[in-house]
Amino acid sequence: MAHHVSHEPEVVVIPPNKEKIMHLWKVAGILLVVTIFEFIVAFSMQHGTWKTFIFVVMTIVKATYIVGEFMHLKYEAKVLIWSILVPIIFIVWMLVAFVYEGMKLSDVNFLR
Amino acid sequence: MSQPTAATIPGRTEWDGGVSPMGVSYGKLMMWFFLLSDAFTFSGLLITYGLIRSQHPAFTGDHAHFVFSQEYWPVPEKVFEAVPFFHGVDLPLVFVGFMTFVLIMSSVTMVLAVEAGHRMDRKAVEKWMLWTILGGVTFLSCQAWEWTHFIVGTEAGSTIKEFVNGGWTTRVIHGANLHENQYGPHAFADFFFFITGFHGFHVFSGVMLNFLIYYRTVTGMYDRRGSYEMVEKVGLYWHFVDLVWVFVFTFYYLV
Repeated sequence: MAHHVSHEPEVVVIPPNKEKIMHLWKVAGILLVVTIFEFIVAFSMQHGTWKTFIFVVMTIVKATYIVGEFMHLKYEAKVLIWSILVPIIFIVWMLVAFVYEGMKLSDVNFLR
Repeated sequence: MSQPTAATIPGRTEWDGGVSPMGVSYGKLMMWFFLLSDAFTFSGLLITYGLIRSQHPAFTGDHAHFVFSQEYWPVPEKVFEAVPFFHGVDLPLVFVGFMTFVLIMSSVTMVLAVEAGHRMDRKAVEKWMLWTILGGVTFLSCQAWEWTHFIVGTEAGSTIKEFVNGGWTTRVIHGANLHENQYGPHAFADFFFFITGFHGFHVFSGVMLNFLIYYRTVTGMYDRRGSYEMVEKVGLYWHFVDLVWVFVFTFYYLV
C-alpha cells in the first residue's frame, strides 16, 4: 500500500480560552450600551453645550475601548502605547486652533 | 505575540539589533503608524467640518417646526430620518443607528477571528472572517441606500430663490449634490459626501483585505506559514474603520 506523504503542515490547534472570549463579548456589550445611551440622550435632551459634552465624553469612552481592547493597544509595550498616543497632541492642537479660528470667523460673519 | 526584547537576550542591548524594542513585528508597527497618519486625515476632515459649521447660523426655533432652509445649518436628525420599506414614516437616526450596530458587531467578529488565529484554529478564523465580511458588505449596502436617498431627496423638496437673467425667480430643488442642496447650505452636502464617502472607501478597502485574508486562510497559507499574524494586521485596520465611524456618527449625525 502506497504511503501518502502529506504536504500540509502539522498544526496544533489550541482550544479556545473561554475567559478571554467572554471578556471580548463584555467589551462589545459596553460599546452597545454606550451607543444606546447616546440615542436616549439624542432624543431626550435640549440641544446645547451639555448635550455636546456628553456626546464627546461617550465617544472618547467608546474610542478607548476599541483602541485599548479590540486593537489590543492596552496590552502592548509602553513605548508603543506612547508612540501612538503622544502624536494625538497634534490633533488636539488642530482642534483648538480651528475652533478659535472658527469663533473669530463667526464674529466677522462674512457669510451673511 | 510579543517577540524577545533586549532584556531577554543576555549581553545584548536594543542598539545591537535583532530585537524588537516595541515588542511587535515590523508589519504590525507600520500598520499602527499608517493608522495614526490616517487618523490625522480624518481629523482634518472632521475639524474642518466643525469650522465650517460654526460659521453658519444654527437653527434656533422649536425642533418640531423645523424646515429645510439655506439660511441655517440643518438639524441632522431631521435630514436622516428615512428607513428602507418605511416610506414617509419619520424615524430619525434609526437607520444610521442600525449601520452603527452592524459595524460594531463586525468589529467584534473580527477580534474573534484574531483570537482564533492566535490559537491556529483555521475553522474558527474562516467562520469569523465570513461574519466580518458580511458585516462590511451590509454596511456598504446601507450606505449606498442612504446616499441614494440623500441624492434623490424628499418629494416636497425645498424652494430656493435665485438670480437668473437679471431677475429673481424661485425653483424647487430635490435632494443634494455638489452644486445644490435641498437640506441646507452647500457645505452640508459637500461634507456629507466627502466624510462618509472617504470612510465608506475605507470600509470598501477593508472588505477587500478581509476577503483576501479569508481566501488565504481557506487555502491554508497561514497554516503553512505557521502564523496568523496577517489576520491581526488587517484586524487593526478594520477596527480603525470602526473607530472612525464612532467619530463620524457622533459629529455628523448626533451633534
